[in-house]
Amino acid sequence: MPQNSHWILRRLGHLDGMLLTLVVLLLGVSLAMVASASGQSPARISGHLINIGLALSVMVVMANVPPHILSKVGPPLYVAGVILLIGVALFGEIRNGARRWLNLGFAFQPSELLKLALPLMLAWYFQRNEGGLRGKHFLVGGALLLLPFLLILRQPDLGTALMIGASGFYLLFFAGLPWKVIAGGGMLAGASLPLVWSLMHDYQQRRVLTLLDPTSDPLGDGYHIIQSTIAIGSGGLFGKGWMQGTQNQLDFVPERTTDFIYAVFGEEFGYVGTILLVGLYLAIVARGLVIAARAPTLFGRLMAATLSLNLFTYAFVNIGMVSGILPVVGVPLPLMSYGGTALITLLLGVGIMMSVATHRQLNKT
Amino acid sequence: MRRPTPLKNLGRELAGFHGRLKIGAAFVALLAGVLLARGYFLQITQHDYYTGRAENNRISQVPIAPNRGLILDSKGRVLAENYSAYTLEVTRSHIHNLEATLIEVGKLIEITPGQLRRFRRLLSESHEFETVPLKSKLTDEEVAILAANRYRLPGIEVKARLFRNYQAGHGMAHVVGFIGRINDRDLKRLREAGREKNYQGGAHIGKTGLEQSYETLLHGRTGFDQMETDSSGRAVRVLSRIPPVPGKDLRLYLDRDLQEVAEHVFGNYLGGLVALDPNTGGVLALVSKPGFDPNLFVDGIDPETWKSLNESPDRPMVNRVLRGIYPPGSTIKPFMALAGLELGLRKPSDAISDPGYFTLPRSSHQYRDWKKGGHGTVDLGKSIAQSCDVYYYRLAVDMGIDRMHDYLAQFGLGEKTGIDLDGESAGLLPSREWKQRRFKQVWYPGETVIAGIGQGFHLTTPLQLAVATAMIANGGKRIEPRLVQSVRDPLTRAWQAQPVATRLQLEIDPDNLAAVRAGMMAAMQPGGTASRAAAGAPYTIAGKTGTAQVVGIKQGARYDAGSLARKHLDHALFIAYAPAENPTIAIAVMVENGEHGGSTAAPMARAVLDYYLTGKRPGNMNLGAIDATE
Repeated sequence: MPQNSHWILRRLGHLDGMLLTLVVLLLGVSLAMVASASGQSPARISGHLINIGLALSVMVVMANVPPHILSKVGPPLYVAGVILLIGVALFGEIRNGARRWLNLGFAFQPSELLKLALPLMLAWYFQRNEGGLRGKHFLVGGALLLLPFLLILRQPDLGTALMIGASGFYLLFFAGLPWKVIAGGGMLAGASLPLVWSLMHDYQQRRVLTLLDPTSDPLGDGYHIIQSTIAIGSGGLFGKGWMQGTQNQLDFVPERTTDFIYAVFGEEFGYVGTILLVGLYLAIVARGLVIAARAPTLFGRLMAATLSLNLFTYAFVNIGMVSGILPVVGVPLPLMSYGGTALITLLLGVGIMMSVATHRQLNKT
Repeated sequence: MRRPTPLKNLGRELAGFHGRLKIGAAFVALLAGVLLARGYFLQITQHDYYTGRAENNRISQVPIAPNRGLILDSKGRVLAENYSAYTLEVTRSHIHNLEATLIEVGKLIEITPGQLRRFRRLLSESHEFETVPLKSKLTDEEVAILAANRYRLPGIEVKARLFRNYQAGHGMAHVVGFIGRINDRDLKRLREAGREKNYQGGAHIGKTGLEQSYETLLHGRTGFDQMETDSSGRAVRVLSRIPPVPGKDLRLYLDRDLQEVAEHVFGNYLGGLVALDPNTGGVLALVSKPGFDPNLFVDGIDPETWKSLNESPDRPMVNRVLRGIYPPGSTIKPFMALAGLELGLRKPSDAISDPGYFTLPRSSHQYRDWKKGGHGTVDLGKSIAQSCDVYYYRLAVDMGIDRMHDYLAQFGLGEKTGIDLDGESAGLLPSREWKQRRFKQVWYPGETVIAGIGQGFHLTTPLQLAVATAMIANGGKRIEPRLVQSVRDPLTRAWQAQPVATRLQLEIDPDNLAAVRAGMMAAMQPGGTASRAAAGAPYTIAGKTGTAQVVGIKQGARYDAGSLARKHLDHALFIAYAPAENPTIAIAVMVENGEHGGSTAAPMARAVLDYYLTGKRPGNMNLGAIDATE
């Protein structure tokens, strides 16, 4: 028995205490919000608890996998993901006008896989070529990024493509992508905006237009944004109190346990709550960047930094969308929204960060 | 795998990475700043605005329709009342597939083709988000079936609604009128009057009759519940309530029994009958034939029935007492006689010799008397009693059209009486100016001649004749006819009498008035045109018969009833008041194609007078059995 408990303690020793505290705090808030937003539905609450338990277990497992082993998972995962994306393009199921799903006995979105596979792949690639990073490596890195990006873009799924593109870009950036390239790319992107607009699908254009003027379509696309901004705005400084938000409790906020959970939070906890929530995300990012700064390997540095920025980007896009400054794209609020897949993917990432934090010795193979 | 790396190189690389981490941190801080700024804008700067929006979302004013006032007869018997019934209602905007839903509902309860047609018509007239009744007056069983299946039928609701029932049915349709669903035209009118808010929550408005003219009193004031509602509009709880104020009850002068007697004696003739209290103007009975069932309209009439009512040649929807305009014929003679006396053109004893026709100077055209060979020597009394045409041809020519118009106008002929019902016709009292305006023609002397016996351009409503008759009965007081006697406040339950309205008091020389009255009494005595209708009456009647030509008769031809289709037969008229010494009732009867006032119209009036003055109900009287003598 003591042998056994020692084993457990050693496993837990690979957890990062600060990161764990922040994550558990956020998950606690999330549980309270799902309870409020679902009208204390026992099914939703227990479902959420199960998801949390599952995701935390996955995190603990990941934290115990040494980074050098993790890095080896990158290439096969990436190749598998890209093959599945090509499979989607060829045989995928069409739902709501987009070819995003693959029927593997259950509906599966390969783009979800790429959220982790792309950073892992790029980090593995740069780690392999550490020390002699030159232009051609960034060229290869760019190609590795563009391939899944374009495949997802033509599904079409602009939101996910941009999120995955962002994670790849963060990694290239931290790997030392030359400023000249960044500036040139930025200018090129700016110049091509009209072209991108003309290539966008009707519903994508409509989402952007709805963002600029939600009242132009108050019962259609604009409804979600109007109702969520009303919820947030009516929350005021201190909010209406837990389970007291009228917009939430009377069903005016749509999708409120999932993508629009921030509207419920903003209404019930106000601006003070918003500051605390953004503060929690910032603390996670800060801890992630510290881990990155202290990481002994390039792989660890790149992964920790990219995953931190990525997590915040998700939070920014979600809150921005719910509070009406970004178009409506299907991005959940990290560690807050109800939903197993996203939660597991996120805590996988946190697990990787913990692994990087706790495996300090340079493992050589 | 890894190539060995020089330490110096690694150090430079690490420094570069740390620099980029700082830039990454700054980037994140920038994004966080954007979110916090947006949060500040929404939650602090715009807080009041969004609080208002949230309250608007949450709180809705749910209107509560007030109970409509009752309409009672003079003895307090109910003519129009409310009842509550369950209705199956459909909201178009909540239904995905209307046809499938209708088939589904049809499987559960019976929906007749007529109900379906009515529903489609109402649907086409209403907005998507309005509820439209599919079937009214559901049975308890149907309510139970629908309630059990409600979960499968979104957009389908069973609602308790107030309906209107008109117990008297056909007989009162033209008096009480009916309510119907508010249509776009009603809505526009309400909006212009600023009263639309008072109609939220109710689907009905008075369309005709008293229901229309007393709409504001009957309707009451809509109350409001402040409800907390969820996004689908379902009420969660009541926050506060402004109770509705019920409409006021109306009590009429009209006696339901008297009305039934009048209905009965009118039989299947078309036409109108109206009886007034000559002192107050109160309408004691008002019959317009044919009638219709007002209950058909309450919750929307089906298109076929509406078409048959609206396009029937008998025009059952027209209130003939108010809107039927007919030549007054000989019923104008008492007023002409009074004009002759008052204008100093005749004395009661002045007599003419009637050869049976009248000719204008320098003209060979013969204006014939209705009686071939004439009435012999005729004074004023006999001219009324026997309805001598030649007496009035001559009087009219002596008087001239201008004085005739001005004098008769004082009796309200050619002018709306001001009754408390909408849609009254003015009729027409011809004059020189009118003809110039209307036809751009001068007035011809021959037109004056026939105007003297109420033919030609003259057009009057039965109601105008009744008011004019009441003036002879009451000594020149022109009253406005009123159906509503008093109004009851629903809260205090106190009746408040409606004022009696007198338009003018005509000064008439008592001797002249007595002479005309005597002529009208003589008309009801042996030798008079309506003597048979008055036979055996235990009170004295003063009356005057009339006949209005429908088809012009050529010179030298004789009126031959047998050769004319019924619709070309003359209209029969009769005016009267009784008891002659102290009149309490004045009456005007107009029977379309009734041929002779004395034989068809006068017996109807007699039955009404009998019931009103003695309480005697008519037996199964056979109107055709009484001989025609005019």
